[in-house]
This record gives sequence, structure tokens and C-alpha cells, in this order.
Amino acid sequence: MAAKRKKKLGLKQRYSMLTRGLDWETSYQKMDDVFPYDNYEGIYIHDWEGWEDPFRLTMDAYWKFQSEKEKKLYAVIDSFAQNNGHLGITDARYVNAIKLFLTGVSPLEYQAARGFTHVGRQFRGVGPRVACQMQALDELRHVQTQVHSMSHYNKYFDGLHSAPHMHDNVWYLSVPKSFFDDARTAGPFEFLTSISFAFEYVLTNLLFVPFMSGAAFNGDMATVTFGFSAQSDEARHMTLGLEVIKFMLEQDERNVPIVQRWMDKWFWRGTRMLSLVAMMMDYMLPKRVMSWREAWDIYFTEAGGALFKDLERYGIKPPKYADIATKEAEHISHQAWHIFYNYTHAAAFHTWVPDKEELDWLSEKYPDTFDKYYRPRLEYLDKEEKAGRRFYNDTLPMLCQVCQIPMGFTDMDDPTTISFKVSEYKDDKYHTCSNGCKDIFDHEPMKYVQAWLPVHQIYQGNCGGSEMEDVLKWYKMNLGADNLDYNGSPDQKLWDEWQAHRTKV
Amino acid sequence: MSRIVSITLQTNDDSRPIIEAITKDNPDAVAKYYPGMVKIDCEGRLVVKQETVEEILGREWDVQELQLSIVSIAGNVDEEDEYFELSWNL
Ligand SMILES: [Fe+2]
Ligand SMILES: [Fe+2]
Ligand SMILES: [Zn+2]
Repeated sequence: MAAKRKKKLGLKQRYSMLTRGLDWETSYQKMDDVFPYDNYEGIYIHDWEGWEDPFRLTMDAYWKFQSEKEKKLYAVIDSFAQNNGHLGITDARYVNAIKLFLTGVSPLEYQAARGFTHVGRQFRGVGPRVACQMQALDELRHVQTQVHSMSHYNKYFDGLHSAPHMHDNVWYLSVPKSFFDDARTAGPFEFLTSISFAFEYVLTNLLFVPFMSGAAFNGDMATVTFGFSAQSDEARHMTLGLEVIKFMLEQDERNVPIVQRWMDKWFWRGTRMLSLVAMMMDYMLPKRVMSWREAWDIYFTEAGGALFKDLERYGIKPPKYADIATKEAEHISHQAWHIFYNYTHAAAFHTWVPDKEELDWLSEKYPDTFDKYYRPRLEYLDKEEKAGRRFYNDTLPMLCQVCQIPMGFTDMDDPTTISFKVSEYKDDKYHTCSNGCKDIFDHEPMKYVQAWLPVHQIYQGNCGGSEMEDVLKWYKMNLGADNLDYNGSPDQKLWDEWQAHRTKV
Repeated sequence: MSRIVSITLQTNDDSRPIIEAITKDNPDAVAKYYPGMVKIDCEGRLVVKQETVEEILGREWDVQELQLSIVSIAGNVDEEDEYFELSWNL
């Protein structure tokens, strides 16, 4: 090989040229007035220069690689649309996972862009400030590319037409929305602990990696490609999450208990939100890659185990309730699917009872729980539907004051009893779904009493009217198309016509 | 308790020489294939060396080209012009 041209500066030096010396001590304004948010959380920072940049992507390299990613992605999006890629997916039921993704997850990318733009202004240390600003750019790219990729499905399938409006209003979408609202209204260090560490480092693998692999398995070229394209930025975001934790822990011992409490809180909030993903993986992918349980074992028990072992030297323990969350991995996808099966007349995607082969797969993957607790119930619902009595639940559920999930999850040691906790604050009672959520409420009740709970709002008359139909119209749902069971839906009709046409040719 | 570091890459033309280099430079690494991607696990430490990837590719290769096919990682990152390393403090 020809002699290599040597770069004048090493990578560390090049990166420090980008990120250091850009800031200054203010003279005619107090530093605390210029950066009012970075010390009120109780985090002590003595030396901002102690910040280590793990990925050292300079601006020129950033634009070069990002533009290359974009070119690749848009080539795929174009060819997907030109070649009617939607015809190549395994089954139209799969598209319901995309609907949930577009309405539930993609708007979080935008929320992340907002959050990182905000905290990218608020740190007085220039290292984290640059890292956050660059991440904000990535997150904006993620929401844009996701909307572009999935818009092709909107031409043919129902439920994809009003994602931002639905995200802000629809009952189940308040679960992911409130997660990010909670994070963005916290201080900058808590924001990074919640999003960069708990969500992106510890949990995002569970969201993106098996799900994108599932998209690949189900012939959804568009989703795999945007997913992997976003995920390639995620590797950088994950290291920011780990770095901010180590930075806080190394700076001052007094930071340790604060960081521990944030980890406990955001781990629990994250696992709650991921119950949506659990049911996507176990129920919504016609061809399945791995069960939620298996994904949990690989990405939380194994990868998280190694991570928390590494943090032990700072006095950090694995998140409180990690053991409960691990027990939940046996149950949560089934319970979440059941909640949506009950309320699919009020949702912008379809549900269904899995077919025999799919039930067998679940029995095999969940030998200790599925046949005992969940299969009989699904078979009963199937029988009812076939007898013309498809069950829809017409009573609105109570929501957890913290995670906002309908209180349908059970005690994990007693899977036939609903878990139900109560707190009192200023003479009012507040309900939470678990000890994890109750702890969060009890620590900051003045924050969580302000939660915009969709069911409360409906009953207070703030959501379009007093009848279910008024509310659903206010959600901008096309009734009879976006909602109800997959069986009998326009999506199904269209898909079956395409398939019939295919066998003819 | 196992202290596995891990790198997940897309399976495509860009990543094939990287996967080969990783397997060569980290004899204990175990590659698990899933649809569209490969997860490579290694106990304690895993390194991607520029030199090895360049040998396989037959051209200059910037370590940051990893950015194009990386899907996920686990471990502390150390990145330099000549290598990309993941490790846990043992
Ligand atoms: Fe993102
Ligand atoms: Fe991210
Ligand atoms: Zn809850």
C-alpha cells in the first residue's frame, strides 16, 4: 500500500480544537445568571475540563458521514416507493406496528431534538454543550427521515394521517409523550440521565435493534433502513449517556445519591414505556425474530449487568426494581396487548387474536406463563369473535398518574391481581400502577399532580364531547377505518385483494 | 459474572471487511447473526484496528467510517485515528 498521508493533528487534538477554548468567563454578567440551570439540581461540578468526549467526530467528518448516510437512505426510500415496496411485506397486520411507531416513537425524536437544543445551551462546560448540540441535529434528522420513510404507507393504509395531532392528544400516546415531557421539564443533568443514559444507553437497544431486525425479517425495507440509519447515530448518543454519568460521579461524591435516584426513576419509566415495544415484538410482527423475553435477557440482563458492574466502583447499584422489571418480561407484552385488544375501537391501529401458529410460538417462548395465564384468554376472545361477539370494553380505564398506562398490569408475583397503589397529596388521592411509579410520584408530587391524563380530560369534557365518538373524532380518527379489529378492516380488504391478484398472475 | 462488550453492525458491503477484521483481531469474539445485522460479543475488550481493515480492503480506511454501519455498542469507547476500542474496567 502507498505511504499514507499523515494527518497533522491526532484525533484527540482535532476534536479539542473544535470543542475547547470557545467559552470564556463572563465579566459584566455573573456566570450563574448566564447559566442558571446547571447547578440547581444539586450536582456539583468542579472541573468542566474533566469531560471526556468519547466519540470525537469533528464538524467536517460529521457532515461527510451524515450526508453519506442520507444519500444511502434516500436511495432506498425512493426505490421502496418506486417499486411498491409495501406489497413485499409479510402481512398487512405488520403495518400496525408502523402506525404505533410513527405516532408513538417518531414524535419523541422531535422531542429529543428540542430537549438537546435546550440543554445544549444550558451547560457552562463547552464539551457537553457541543455534544448536545450535535445530538440535537441527529434527532431532527431522525424525525424527518422517519416521516419520509413511513409516508409511503400512508398512501395505502389507515391510521397514519395525523401523527403529530394524535401524539399530543390520544390516550395511549400520552405514555411516550409524558415520558419526554417529564424529561424535558427536568434540569439539564436529569434530562441527560433520563434520555441519554436510561433511555438511549440502557434501553434503546431493546427498542430499535430487535424491532429493526424484525422489520428486515418482515420485508419492510423502508423501516429497516431508517432504523439502522438512526441507530448509527445512536451509538454516539449512547456514549454521551455513559459519559455524563461517569462525569457526574467522578466530580463529587455528593452527586452519587442524586444520580442513583435518577437512574432508578428513569429506568422504571423507560421499562413502562417499552411495554408498547414488547407487544409490538411479540404480537405485531408476523415473522418474529426474538421474543420480548429474549431481547430483555440479551439487552438488559446481560448488557445492563456488565454496565452496572462497571459503575459499581462509584457506589452505583443496579436500578431499584430491576428484578421486578425482569419478572415483568414474562408478562408485560401479553398484558399490554390485552389492554389494546379491549380498547382497539378507541385506537388508531388494529389488534387481533394471533393465529394458531403464532399462539404456539408464544407458548414455546413463554413456557411458564403463556399457557397458564394468557393463551386461554386469547382463545376465549377468538371464540367470542367468531360467534359475532367481538369484545370491546366501553368503560374508560383509570390511568397511572406517572406512566399514564391504563392500570391493567398485574402484580408480577400474582398475575391475576391488578397492581394498584395509592398516594395522598393535599387531601387528594392519586393512583399509580406499581411501586416504581409510586416512588416517583411520592418524591415529586407537585410535578405529577399536573399530569394531563387523557381519561380525566375526557371526563372533564375537554376532549371534544361526552360520547366516545365525539372524542375519537376530536382525535382525528377515521371511524371504521383507523380503529377496530383487523378482521373486517379496510386494510385487510385491500391486502386480501392484492394477494388474490397476485395468485391470479 | 460475564463482562461482555459488544458491537452490532449492519450486514452489508461496508461492514463485511470490518467484521472479518474484528474476528481476526479478537480471537475470543463471537458473532451472532440476526436479520440485517450481526452482534459481535467479546469478553472484557474488543478492538477494531485500522491496519487490519485496510489490509482486507486494500485501500485506506478511516476508522470513523465505522459510523456508516454501526448499529449499537456496549462498553466504554476509546477512539483514535488507528483504532476503535470497547472495554469494561476489569
Ligand atoms: Fe433519535
Ligand atoms: Fe438518540
Ligand atoms: Zn405507572
